[in-house]
Amino acid sequence: MLNPIYEKWYSMEERFVTISFHHLLSDRLIRRDALLKDKPFVLVVKQRGRIIVKAVNAVAEQHNIRAGMMLADAKALCPSVTVFQYAEGMEQVLLSKLAEWCLRFSPDVGVASPDSIVINASGCTHLWQGEEKYIDTIARQLNAIGYQVTIALADTIGAAWALSHFTSSSTIIKRGETTTAILSLPPAALRLEDKIIQRMQKLGMYQIRSFIHMPRQVLRRRFGELLLLRLDQVLGIVKEVIEPICPVQPYQERLPSFEPIRTAIGIEIAVRQLLHHLCLRLQKESKGLRRCVLKAYRIDGNVQQAEISTSRPSRDVQHLFKLFEYKIPTIEPALGIELFQLDATIVEALTSEQETLWNIAGNNDSSAIAQLVDNLCIRLGAGAVKRYLPAEHHWPERSVIITHALDEKPSTSWPDHLPRPLHLLQKAQEIIVMVPLPDYPPVHFKYKGAIHKVVKADGPERIEEEWWIEKGMFRDYYCLEDQDGRRYWIYRLGHYDNSEPKWFIHGYFA
Amino acid sequence: MCMEQAARKNIIQQLQKEILALQGFKASCGNDKLNTGLGLIERSFPNYSFPTGAIHELLSYSEPDAAATNGFLAALLSRLMAKGARAIWISHKQHLFAAGMSAFNVMPDQLIFIEVQKEKDLLWATEEALKCDAIAAVITECSDLSFEASRRLQLAVEHSRVTGFIHRYMPKKNNPTASVTRWRITCLPSMTDENIPGLGFPVWNIELQKVRNGTPGTWQLGWTTEGFNHIQVNKPIAQPYLRKVV
Repeated sequence: MLNPIYEKWYSMEERFVTISFHHLLSDRLIRRDALLKDKPFVLVVKQRGRIIVKAVNAVAEQHNIRAGMMLADAKALCPSVTVFQYAEGMEQVLLSKLAEWCLRFSPDVGVASPDSIVINASGCTHLWQGEEKYIDTIARQLNAIGYQVTIALADTIGAAWALSHFTSSSTIIKRGETTTAILSLPPAALRLEDKIIQRMQKLGMYQIRSFIHMPRQVLRRRFGELLLLRLDQVLGIVKEVIEPICPVQPYQERLPSFEPIRTAIGIEIAVRQLLHHLCLRLQKESKGLRRCVLKAYRIDGNVQQAEISTSRPSRDVQHLFKLFEYKIPTIEPALGIELFQLDATIVEALTSEQETLWNIAGNNDSSAIAQLVDNLCIRLGAGAVKRYLPAEHHWPERSVIITHALDEKPSTSWPDHLPRPLHLLQKAQEIIVMVPLPDYPPVHFKYKGAIHKVVKADGPERIEEEWWIEKGMFRDYYCLEDQDGRRYWIYRLGHYDNSEPKWFIHGYFA
Repeated sequence: MCMEQAARKNIIQQLQKEILALQGFKASCGNDKLNTGLGLIERSFPNYSFPTGAIHELLSYSEPDAAATNGFLAALLSRLMAKGARAIWISHKQHLFAAGMSAFNVMPDQLIFIEVQKEKDLLWATEEALKCDAIAAVITECSDLSFEASRRLQLAVEHSRVTGFIHRYMPKKNNPTASVTRWRITCLPSMTDENIPGLGFPVWNIELQKVRNGTPGTWQLGWTTEGFNHIQVNKPIAQPYLRKVV
């Protein structure tokens, strides 16, 4: 059962592009070393004690060397052939990189092993003034960087794949003409297993037309379920989806530029436009963003990123732009940026009531403070800004919790009946004391080499270690005042049993 | 003759007020005058009112005195934040114990703490915070403050009318700054009744070392649950030096 939303989505007329690379691996090597262009070379891999040719270049192909041959046979055909080692997973890495590069043509791009890339071109081609120009641009740009490709554009992924692999030049199949276009192709164009293809050849089925009209149950009995599935996929009876190389962000804005952008002002304009569109959408859906990533795709394939986050959901273009303003100098345009993409990675509800309450568009106090905090966080890091809230613990170190949210309310009240110092040492420091009697406050104590004579004292206040959190001894706290009026908070750890208990200074009273 | 003298005095008062206004002190009319509860000390300030929208500098040279200084600041904050406004406390280490602040009538959850490691970032954050007029006060704990930096901060507050406190702990040198006041607060023996043992309410020695267009002086001030409390200490530490300004 399909979700109604998806049904609506599917009802849109879809178009798919498949890019088939002729010599993916060898073109990559030529890109690295241009001198290889006119030499025959192969990539080999060791398999069951034999050395097998894994990939060949165009020149080697002219010498009738094919992938799957043994290296010895290839050398017999062309003694001057150069040999390179093939590393496991090379084409996967290469294809996913190329697929990322293809994101400029459509947000929905996937890899189809072993040698092609699938692009969902629905609703994208008009930006390049038509389908011919769309695939022309893709082919030209890939040729320019050194890859020989065949591109096909069709209604289904299956048909596009078949045509890109079994025709010599790039093709476009018009809407609804899929069936006629694939009739003359061999069965291998259906992405079948070798076993099925061989069986079909034995039976003289060299083209799809020879079995496409056969009854389904006959085909199922002879060739299995896979053939029927593939046929349905090619004809669009069964939907096939691309496994996207990068999942489409729900809140995303893209801005391709006519000419590569290299200046800070250009980037600023792009960011403003993207934010404007994004905030309009957020406004419609009563949402505000908490975190947002700007990606700048450069001509040379590099992607520059800048990330901002806010302390409270916001859809104020001015404010968000100001946060990006600090980050723009970190973006290196190099030769130029051709695509800007803005992803709102964390989005939270922000209703218009909340907005009027805080007067986010205007210059209300809390929004001004939120904006200040965001500015500070951008430079100092998100952890730098904090607030303290009371926690229901007596143990001093746990009685206060840190929060980074501006609006979090205390869940309990601050203790006001017990003496607590204004300064608390991060780690209590050991002191040497003189105590006349057990459970009495010290008469004097020595801290950092200085002796302090105690004039007034309060205590003890016993604070037990919370055994359900941590095991340890209790503390007996005393408030002391020395001859100069300086006030200290000290404690004794544990009982007077066999040994002398240790004393620590833990804070200063104002 | 008498009429003439009175007129002249009037003119001088008028001129003094104008000079104060030019120096960034806004003459506060009755309503927006901040009630700090400092009592006698307020007579040392220009216009007889605690200068808000200005930079105050406080010095401390030991850890207990730093705590006393922060206590005095917290007590002042409680008045500055009276209308539910928020304040920012910037420091380079985490030593304030929020649970100890409620004794000074400050709700610690109303404060925003910023922890900054680098001195340069500390001053930058202070300046940014002082520029934001939605905040009641900014407290910065640092050690040294150059004259140029203090000028920047003073200019920022003259525009935004935020009150800034720079608490300088163990300053390496006692250089002049553009701040409006300079204070030094030290501990004094606490207030207790003769018969009751134990610690009493805190008492501080408040030394106003410098105040622009005002009169410096020294006072002994206690803090009780009701607020500031001027006390008479039996052994005078320094004679309060009070003189009418205008």
